Amino acid sequence: MTGYLRNVALFAAMGVALALTGMFQSWVLALTILNMSLISAVMALGVNMQWGYAGLFNVGIMGFTAFGGLAAVLIAMPPVPEAWAAGGFGAILGLMLGAGTIFAAIIVWNRLPSGKVRVFALIATLIIGYTITRFVFAPATAAIVRVNPATEGYLGGLGLPVILSWPLGAIMAGGLAWVVGKVALGLRSDYLAIATLGISEIVIAVLKFEAWLTRGVNNVVGIPRAVPRPVTLQQYDWVQDLSQRLGLGLSETARLVELTGYALMFALVLGVLIWLSEKALNSPWGRMMRAIRDNETAARAMGKNVTRRHLMVFVLGSGVCGLAGAMMVTLDGQLTPGSYEPLRFTFLIWVMVIVGGSGNNWGAVLGGFVIWFLWVQAEPAGRWLMDTLTSGLGAGNPVREHLMAQAAHTRLIMMGLALLLMLRFAPRGLIPER
Amino acid sequence: MEPINAFVALSNFVLIPAFAYGSQIALGALGITLIYGILRFAHFAHGDIMALGTGIVILTTWGLQAQGIGLGPFPTALLALPVGILGTILYLLAADRMVYRFYRKVKAKPMTFVMASLGVMFVTNGITRLIMGPSEERFDDGERFIISVREFRDWTGLAEGLALRSAQALTIVVALVAMVFLFWFLNRTRSGKSMRAYSDNEDLALLSGINPERVVVITWAIAGTLMVLAGTLYGLDKSYRPFTYFQLLLPFFAAAIVGGLGNPMGAIIGGYVVAFAEMGITYAWRRVVVYLAPEGWEPTGLMQILPVDYKFAVTFGILVLVLIFRPTGIFKGRTL
Repeated sequence: MTGYLRNVALFAAMGVALALTGMFQSWVLALTILNMSLISAVMALGVNMQWGYAGLFNVGIMGFTAFGGLAAVLIAMPPVPEAWAAGGFGAILGLMLGAGTIFAAIIVWNRLPSGKVRVFALIATLIIGYTITRFVFAPATAAIVRVNPATEGYLGGLGLPVILSWPLGAIMAGGLAWVVGKVALGLRSDYLAIATLGISEIVIAVLKFEAWLTRGVNNVVGIPRAVPRPVTLQQYDWVQDLSQRLGLGLSETARLVELTGYALMFALVLGVLIWLSEKALNSPWGRMMRAIRDNETAARAMGKNVTRRHLMVFVLGSGVCGLAGAMMVTLDGQLTPGSYEPLRFTFLIWVMVIVGGSGNNWGAVLGGFVIWFLWVQAEPAGRWLMDTLTSGLGAGNPVREHLMAQAAHTRLIMMGLALLLMLRFAPRGLIPER
Repeated sequence: MEPINAFVALSNFVLIPAFAYGSQIALGALGITLIYGILRFAHFAHGDIMALGTGIVILTTWGLQAQGIGLGPFPTALLALPVGILGTILYLLAADRMVYRFYRKVKAKPMTFVMASLGVMFVTNGITRLIMGPSEERFDDGERFIISVREFRDWTGLAEGLALRSAQALTIVVALVAMVFLFWFLNRTRSGKSMRAYSDNEDLALLSGINPERVVVITWAIAGTLMVLAGTLYGLDKSYRPFTYFQLLLPFFAAAIVGGLGNPMGAIIGGYVVAFAEMGITYAWRRVVVYLAPEGWEPTGLMQILPVDYKFAVTFGILVLVLIFRPTGIFKGRTL
């Protein structure tokens, strides 16, 4: 029971830290941190499923998150009829032909007897399929990109409510994980790491350069909101009433209401996920996963299909990351492929899981909160630290000026130190696995 | 003349750049594979420590340039190399002392080492960005070309030109010298043999009186040297940007896995396989095919299989092929 109290105290301390941020800095900042913390906690839960339950090392979280984020564009943006007319059919047909080529190649490989004939047949299938696909696909996408390039130049989405993108994001990321897992699981654990590292770079490259789908580096902005914008909120009577009662400006109140709306939705998702994960972890399935993690050979001897179970948990965890990605794009209201950086979207999540406590859902969630809070607050702290350290050099000193300009990067050092110190002195994390 | 023009174009745009790039990848992959063979973990901080080491070289180069010291036609960075190598080795040894040694002592699982290397990666990345900043830096000087396109054209009278940049030639020469020296060291010297023995069978090596800590120190020293060489040559050939160096991790690992993790010869072959595949698949072949196709059959498109933006996809594709068809790599991996 003392462990339980300790965990409650840790979460309470986190709440106090956020409240202090609200009081001394600003409530908008506190709620912004809270929202991203909730999303980070969802991502950390996803990684914890893979690492904590099954010992799978995924360093492609960024890719799954970004791929899930794409769902928000595909669901919520209004369709662009001119672009569909110009090349929609060709683009879809091209994609189907590409998938058909890979499918045909798999059939050729599986059906033909091994030998030189099979290799030649495989290569021939791939070359012919590729040529046909390209012949259909390239002109269609080029035509799409030419449609009103300043604001559109892509197919748009389905024009549905953006909330629907959350499950779709999870499904898309899970599907991608299935393909990656099919190839890389069942081999040595480092191979999965490298394969996921590769796929995440490829996903970002696709988002950046397949302009017909994502507008590429031009970014998709103005994704329809899930919560009314502050401008709209300001006109409601109860918001005006609230602003008077709180004694805050109307625009600030409206912004706070908007952020609170998102926070409630994210908290609901996180709550459901924790509930499901806790149920799963304490079920026979969860015990089986831990048994596999702790001794693969023994689990295999008991008749468990380790590779299949790994694939399953890998798909589930990546799906949760995709869900978080869609939530994040919903919150931002834009998809900016250029902003995905592995340190921030892959390795920071790892720091969250390790610091929080791998194998424990509450630990991963707490890690998400603590590390995101530190990540945001480390920037001013780093600037202050640099200022203090170099104050002896005097104003106008070029070394000091340079270090001050780059001071924001000290937070990377702090995160690294947090990871190293936890790994060394409390390897089981803030809330250890039971 | 047509086939000669085709060959010149091919050399200019594919063969020479791919050979230089492949040498850079091979040097990086050698470091990965050595660390994997001896310390038995995937070293994720490789790209970032490479960026730090190259950063030291760049700062020293700028210092030397400010003093007016140079090497004439050669880049000043060559003079700065020893400083960078020494600094990187000291950094790696400090990291080993403070981070990895503890986990060796408690015989931690390989994944714990990998996690620790993520921590080192964060710290190193922060230090590099703090010192160098995140933007692109140039530090090449000296003679830019050994053969320039115009000289080659005037000289041979061909329609296609061939350029050999000094950075490319330097890369190839330095990489070859480093590889020959490494193999001489591993096969001929006592220390090298003890490294191979340790990699092959740790218990037997310990039994025959090999000092494991000494092997570890030598491994870091060699890996650090290779990192700075690879990073400096890459920076001279292309450009220096910390994030690009981080991204090189993928081709490094791909090369090491393709060749068989832990196998130095495999890492070298893997490096060239990755580089030639990347260049070959993202190159617009039209320029070469134009000379070879019969009259009237010249291609209209670019004949580019994938856009350059997808060069990671090529690396990944090779990796997937190896994982599916030969999971141990071209050479059987794991031993040195």
